[in-house]
Amino acid sequence: MADAPLLQVKGLEAWYGESHVLHGVDIHINAGEVVTLLGRNGAGKTSTLRSIMGLVGRRAGSVKYDGRELIGARSDIIARAGIGYVPEERGIFASLSVYENLMLPPEVLPGGLPVGTIYELFPNLLERRNSPGTKLSGGEQQMLAIGRILRTGAKLLLLDEPSEGLAPVIVQQIGRTIRELKSRGFTVLLVEQNFRFAQTVADRHYVMEHGRVVDMVGNAELNASLDRLHEYLGV
Amino acid sequence: MDEIFGIPAPLLFGQLLLGLINGAFYALLSLGLAVIFGMLNVINFTHGAQFMMGAFVAWMLLHYLGIGYWWALLLAPLIVGFTGVVIEKTMISRLYKLDHLYGLLLTFGVGLIIEGLFRNQYGSSGMPYRIPPELQGAWDLGFMFMPVYRGWVVIVAIVMCLATWLVIEKTKLGSYLRAATENPALVQAFGINVPRMMTLTYGAGVALAAFAGVLAAPIYSVNPQMGANLIIIVFAVVVIGGMGSILGSVVTGFGLGVIEGFTRVFYPEASATVIFVVMAIVLLLRPAGLFGRA
Repeated sequence: MADAPLLQVKGLEAWYGESHVLHGVDIHINAGEVVTLLGRNGAGKTSTLRSIMGLVGRRAGSVKYDGRELIGARSDIIARAGIGYVPEERGIFASLSVYENLMLPPEVLPGGLPVGTIYELFPNLLERRNSPGTKLSGGEQQMLAIGRILRTGAKLLLLDEPSEGLAPVIVQQIGRTIRELKSRGFTVLLVEQNFRFAQTVADRHYVMEHGRVVDMVGNAELNASLDRLHEYLGV
Repeated sequence: MDEIFGIPAPLLFGQLLLGLINGAFYALLSLGLAVIFGMLNVINFTHGAQFMMGAFVAWMLLHYLGIGYWWALLLAPLIVGFTGVVIEKTMISRLYKLDHLYGLLLTFGVGLIIEGLFRNQYGSSGMPYRIPPELQGAWDLGFMFMPVYRGWVVIVAIVMCLATWLVIEKTKLGSYLRAATENPALVQAFGINVPRMMTLTYGAGVALAAFAGVLAAPIYSVNPQMGANLIIIVFAVVVIGGMGSILGSVVTGFGLGVIEGFTRVFYPEASATVIFVVMAIVLLLRPAGLFGRA
């Protein structure tokens, strides 16, 4: 199994009620890779993450994690297989303190980062641990949303637009964090609109359109493929 | 004899005490409703019937098995709470994806069925339940005599409310509950079995109602109607306090009990309606309730 990807998604389809949002998504991620999903608004990037997590109304196809088929599993079972999720809206709980937010996700596998290490990565969280979660700035909320899934022992992190709406200096810090996580052996699937940012952290990029993956670009070829990307992303 | 505002002091304090007793039941019942509503988004109209079941189970334990008050205080909530778990598992859990109205109708219907079954079996006249010997008698407070059992009810209710608040605000389990109240899908995506949490929360809310029922058994007669009479007022309390607010239900429960008590002294004709007048005023000025988040 050494050569099998950590996450293998095949023919993934998803529906919210009547609306069919994914039409057969195929992606794979090897252990230790950082991979992005690029694409315009509505291309299905967020839906892909939500579908992997089991957070859509209905899904079909195949989602194999670490050799285990999860397409029929409930989202808590999927999380316990070792997948950590940071939603686009960050999902910080207003009625919980920063510390409670950080400690909320249960440990799913051994080998999560100790809280002390998470505070080293994000010193602001230590300073503000007693504030209500939603009193944090956008950047701090993003750090909290990432920090809290590092504790759990999840090996694959799904990050939905961690750079969205943040000041450039904070985006750089998030970028450093993602590279740091990669060096610690985490595997990351990242949704991004900002491919300049994606370029600084990722190994490969999938491009999505209309609920499908339409292209794959290695990070090394990204600059050579700019014209193609501009066309996909409309930037 | 001392008078306050032209009212004999013992009468005033007597009604104040009665208000606190009623307030204790309002608080315990609305607390359970608040916890259930927060987590399940279901307005549990079976709550009154479950309160009544608590009193009946205490009576049955004594009558059929010779098990007394103190054990009943533990066993009745467990037994009734378990019936709550069964109701949630088999019926309520099927309605989460539908409009709130369906949960309301279902629990209302289940409450009527339970009350009907008990009326069929035991009639509606009510059974006496003796105050346990340890809690008989009265304390002389100087300005009035306070029956020990009533003092006990007020103290236990306050302790239970405080304990529930502590569990919800200060423990890990409570942080799961608060988080799941805000965003159940995300909490589940962190690996927490939210459906099981909802089942247990319903069971715990129901157990709290049954606990109040056991406390009430020696005060009110144990009869199938006892919950239905109380629950209407409790829903007014919940609306005034703010749907789903823990603190709101406790403060409003006791507060309205006392207001009701005072009204009985100063203008007895209004004592049955004062809570609803307060409700109307609060709804006009603060539609989300005194402690509710709009």
